[in-house]
Amino acid sequence: MTLQQSAAQLLDVWLLRGGHTATAVSLGSALLGASAGAIGAFALLRRRALIADAIAHATLPGVAAAFIVAAWLGADGRSLPVLLTGALIAGVLGGITVQALSRVRLLSEDGAMASVLAVFFGAGVVLMSVVQTLPGGGQAGLKNFIFGQAAAISTGEVILAGACAITVLLGIALLFKELGLVCFDPGFARAAGRPALLADGAIVAMLLLVSVVGLQMVGLVMIVALQIIPAAAARFWTDRLWLTVVISAVIGAASCYVGAGISAVLPRTPTGATIVLCAGGVLALSLLAAPRYGVLAMGVRRALWGLRVARSHALRRVAECAEGLSTDAQSPEAFAAAGLTRPHRLVLRLFGDIRLTPSALPVLRRVAARRALALTRAHRWWEQYLVSHARHDPAHADLIADVLEHADNEEFMEQLQAELGLQGAGPMPASPHPLGVVAPKFNAVAEAARADRI
Amino acid sequence: MMTPTPNTTSKTTPNTTPNTTANLNPGPSAAPPLSVRDVTVAYQRRPVLWDVDYDAPSSSTGKGSLVAIVGPNGAGKSTLIKACLGLVPLATGRVEFFGRPLKAARRLIGYVPQRESVDWEFPVSAADVVAMGRYGRLGWFTPVGRADKLAALACLEKVGIADLADRQIGQLSGGQQQRVFIARALAQEARLYFMDEPFAGVDAATEATIVAVLRSLADAGVTVMCVHHDLQSVPRWFDHVVLLNTRVIAAGPVAQVFTPENLHLTYGPRLTLLEQAGTALAGVEGAGVSVGLRSAPAPTTGRPTRSGEPARTREPTP
Repeated sequence: MTLQQSAAQLLDVWLLRGGHTATAVSLGSALLGASAGAIGAFALLRRRALIADAIAHATLPGVAAAFIVAAWLGADGRSLPVLLTGALIAGVLGGITVQALSRVRLLSEDGAMASVLAVFFGAGVVLMSVVQTLPGGGQAGLKNFIFGQAAAISTGEVILAGACAITVLLGIALLFKELGLVCFDPGFARAAGRPALLADGAIVAMLLLVSVVGLQMVGLVMIVALQIIPAAAARFWTDRLWLTVVISAVIGAASCYVGAGISAVLPRTPTGATIVLCAGGVLALSLLAAPRYGVLAMGVRRALWGLRVARSHALRRVAECAEGLSTDAQSPEAFAAAGLTRPHRLVLRLFGDIRLTPSALPVLRRVAARRALALTRAHRWWEQYLVSHARHDPAHADLIADVLEHADNEEFMEQLQAELGLQGAGPMPASPHPLGVVAPKFNAVAEAARADRI
Repeated sequence: MMTPTPNTTSKTTPNTTPNTTANLNPGPSAAPPLSVRDVTVAYQRRPVLWDVDYDAPSSSTGKGSLVAIVGPNGAGKSTLIKACLGLVPLATGRVEFFGRPLKAARRLIGYVPQRESVDWEFPVSAADVVAMGRYGRLGWFTPVGRADKLAALACLEKVGIADLADRQIGQLSGGQQQRVFIARALAQEARLYFMDEPFAGVDAATEATIVAVLRSLADAGVTVMCVHHDLQSVPRWFDHVVLLNTRVIAAGPVAQVFTPENLHLTYGPRLTLLEQAGTALAGVEGAGVSVGLRSAPAPTTGRPTRSGEPARTREPTP
């Protein structure tokens, strides 16, 4: 099969034109993904990711045991209702065991969960080897329950996934505020007499339901990823609980839809793995590109802030140099941009703070000059405050003021002024520490700029 | 400012909780807002609270009280609150509210947990958190309605941060977060509040706001029990004090119970603390309140315990 054929086939599957089975797979897994993502949001916020994993792994011995029991009774062990019932019972047992073990004094909750996960899974693997020896056991396809094989699902399972999705979404809609409360503040929920136990139980029950329904499609090893990864990705996009749930459900559905399609076209890829990789891709994308909490956005914001700080420091440096001149310090021509380091000058040019005099001498624009004076004043005030109120020595105060002065909103400045007992702006306060040496070049340029004006 | 009686107007939806609004008004009965009897709490056989008896001052005069619960680290202050609220199991004893068991009095009780007890990155806004205080009057399946949102906003207004209603809570300062918690408690419209260190790590402005809010609650007949750390501010802010160190060392009006001897019994011979207390007491004396009245028992519950030694070093006798 060529790449082109594969791509065409994939497109057919995604557009639901890939035939009956492929359509069933796409729809079924999307429904499963939606419910897993939705309840997963609560599991993540309640910090129950590990419990979800423990329960999923605990279903394996149930599946194998159900097959064995059915075979003994002479029934068909491959019947899905039988297997899923076994999975459900074992999952409940796993959950109860975790609860019971975490009450044991010397065992922490995560220790209990890890133990249950491993022991139940181990028991499952042993029982599976027993299944292999039974007639029909080799072809029963129980291995699919571990890593998932969506190609094996039928219309009946699509209906099952649909019922599961409806149950979960309805449960969340009904109990939304109680689920949110128990996830945010379980202590308050209990103290206020809210149904905290019911809400916690509902979360675990829905996790179990999704795990059991998803066993065949995604597999028990990776179902937890389908519950947790979409929720983790959704956290980057919103600050609202209901939106987190909705976005998580959408990401879950989309990952499943896309992943199951790929797995259907490439028959030997385990569906669970493809789906989880798709979800992982969405998580990586969210982590990088989300507008507010994404790494890129934060990097850009930090860089912009850095530029703003650099600009402030450059402007202040110019004002401090001008202060050393005998000329009228307020006149913009005194604010020659000489005596600046190259990066500082670049920053000022970037913000358009510099203009050239007729003879091409760099000086600050009038607005920038005013800004430079205001920044210097803010810096000096902070220094004064730190020296008089916090007993810092002037040199140290200079460093701290370098940071604080950027919180330069009106309200702050007024408070600062009041604390210092100042009325009105007043004359420029003197620096409490010696300033850097004024570059000789600066002096010359400033004088020249002044002459230029005349 | 508060409407202390339980709100009966928002009952448009069927309430599936066992609570009914009919008998919730505590009325002017003589039953104290809080009555703790023989309460012992133990974590893994180590007693955290040992045979605690306490009656909160009755609000029959129409005025409530602000009660500080003070004591050294590990004295069981938070545990006492949690035991009252049913959050930790009692080994022995019982707790009553307005003469009723906890279950029948839930709607009369408000709670402010420690600020560190929740995840502030949680995707909710300040208004969402405050609205949680209204859940008590909603059924399990009833969504938060418009009236509740407005009530939440009004409570945020009372603590002075209505303009931050839509902020995600992680983007608030520590003081603002504490105000959100106080506002949520106000939204509960309770008659008795338990607050776990509401003043811990807050700025001066928040401190003043919280003190004012608590005072107006007390004026409206509400009782507030605060776990508190700063001994200096006890005489300034509180009417009553419970000195706790596994046992109740003493409890009663601040002027009668907050004495150097009692503090010594509570904290043990730790000089720095005694110094602090000395400064605090100087403040009380300056205000014209006599100190050192230990011989005159407090009228309500100024009951010194049997033994003066720090009780935590003792093993319980079976």
